Amino acid sequence: MESILVLTHADETGIALTKASLEAVSAGLELTSRLGVSLTIGIVAVDAQSAAAAVSSSGARLLGVSGEPFRHALYATDAAACEALCRAAQATIVLAPGSSRFARVAAGVAHRLGGFIDTHIGSIGGTVNIEAGRWFYRQRVEAVLSRDRRPWFLLIDPGIRSAFAGEPGPAQIEQVPANLPQLRTTVSGFRAPSLGTQTIRPDARLLFVAGAGWTKKQPDGQTHVPEAGDLILGFLRVAGASLGSSKSLVDQGGEGQSVLPFLTHLNQIGQTGATPHHPKGLATCCHGEEPHVVGWRFIGDRRAVSLDPTCGWTRGKADVVYIADAFQVMAKLNELMGSGSA
Amino acid sequence: MQTAFHIVVCAGIVPDPLQSLEPITTTAGPGLKNEMVLPAVLDPWAASALYEAAALAAKAPGGRLWLVSLGPKAKLQQVMMTVAQKVLFELAPIDGPIGGFPDAHATAAILADMIAALPGLDRERLLLFGGWESAARGAGVTLQLVGERLGISDQFQGVDQIDLHDDGSFEVLERVEGGKYQVSVCAGAPAVLGWATGNLAEPRNNPQLGMANMRTIMPALQKAPASKLEANGLSYISAALPKQQRTTRVVKDMTPDQIAAELAEWIGTE
Repeated sequence: MESILVLTHADETGIALTKASLEAVSAGLELTSRLGVSLTIGIVAVDAQSAAAAVSSSGARLLGVSGEPFRHALYATDAAACEALCRAAQATIVLAPGSSRFARVAAGVAHRLGGFIDTHIGSIGGTVNIEAGRWFYRQRVEAVLSRDRRPWFLLIDPGIRSAFAGEPGPAQIEQVPANLPQLRTTVSGFRAPSLGTQTIRPDARLLFVAGAGWTKKQPDGQTHVPEAGDLILGFLRVAGASLGSSKSLVDQGGEGQSVLPFLTHLNQIGQTGATPHHPKGLATCCHGEEPHVVGWRFIGDRRAVSLDPTCGWTRGKADVVYIADAFQVMAKLNELMGSGSA
Repeated sequence: MQTAFHIVVCAGIVPDPLQSLEPITTTAGPGLKNEMVLPAVLDPWAASALYEAAALAAKAPGGRLWLVSLGPKAKLQQVMMTVAQKVLFELAPIDGPIGGFPDAHATAAILADMIAALPGLDRERLLLFGGWESAARGAGVTLQLVGERLGISDQFQGVDQIDLHDDGSFEVLERVEGGKYQVSVCAGAPAVLGWATGNLAEPRNNPQLGMANMRTIMPALQKAPASKLEANGLSYISAALPKQQRTTRVVKDMTPDQIAAELAEWIGTE
């Protein structure tokens, strides 16, 4: 019989579980209910007791590793904490959020326990055998897999499930000691890639993608990069959208061409970039070629504005494609949504 | 004075991103149709790691750079013809299967054994580089597992920058949620760094460098040990292309005002 452990971690406050962790708890409850087995939740936090309040109504056994060393995401400390929780829980199936924090350590922990891991899990099915769905070749091939070796770690992609939202309350938690190795790394903080403008918003309802066309010559024979930048930032403000980009636009910075100063490789969507989850996506001045569009796999409703009526978006990759000048459309859209350009 | 690191880059080969992929069933599980004849490239994020590694190795005399790659010998040779023209490295090839479907744990075990046996490698000066995910399996676990097998407990993933200090320590920028970097300082080698895009552009092809590299790459390929990958209990129920194909409405006859109005309404609806 399987036994399930969900590993979770706190956010930067050290006392509250992350949304991705609560999504993993939802996945754990769903799976335990289907298999008719018990659930344990393991918490890594500065104060696991406080963090446990959010899952006190889950009915799960609660284990925690607490202390100041667990405030920041660090391989050595997180691996030690997760290893301790796994050894205490003795679970056959370990679910964890695919956050940057756990993606960094989960495979190492699986190895320490003689187990195996599969990551970027989108779906968990099966009643007799557990079947996990994930993508290969950067979201181009969809597969369902299983393993008969245990413990089996499954790292769940964030943004797919609803977060556990039980009534918070006092929790009974078992504190688990973790054996820390000598630490050789310290976390000194966080840094934004470009000063002044936070353009990546994972929780936004809309992804706005700017393609290389924004920096190309316009009908008057000139480029209008500053105007493009104003229109894009203006739209992000009025729409509360998250900004993505094609590789070609981001790469222009390294090729000495005019660039939009607020774009970095972190904004890049596609084969060598991110694959974000947003309900809607709007692409502008972008060809919609396959290496970019694979990054749109988890974007629900897709629209594009392009001057090219044969662009990739028109070939079944978007729901609506407007053949139009994005400069004109976005200026009008900003005006309409209450801002105008920056 | 900069520390002379021994840098090992783990990099697989993947189908060129512009190729159409069609999954098929083989005796060994899922695979890609015509996989052996699809044009291949060095895995993009691992390629970033290689360019960053070459720049780092060049900073201090005594630094060395190995490229460890697992794949069919013939495909490795084809890809190396291009990669060899980019930067100077020593190739440590392993003749094995291609593709994203084999188990990552098995791959990691073979890579770790190969690295541990590299002649002249000083493990105290080892920086283990690779892509933070591949463009094939895309699991982001192989490098981490290799690091664990080599006993390295300072690991970083999604790295875009490393700044060396004179005492051998270095500052690392790792991608985290929300478009931010986590900034860490590591006391020095050994460490594992899974690279994202980094900051360096792809070097231009240098035919002379290519010829120099190929003089050592060809003998290394001839001597590449053959390996088989264990399944480790992994089995596939299905592997298929996504069914979803959208019915696109192409709008050619609306003014910018009309398009803006329609978009505003669309954005505003739940």
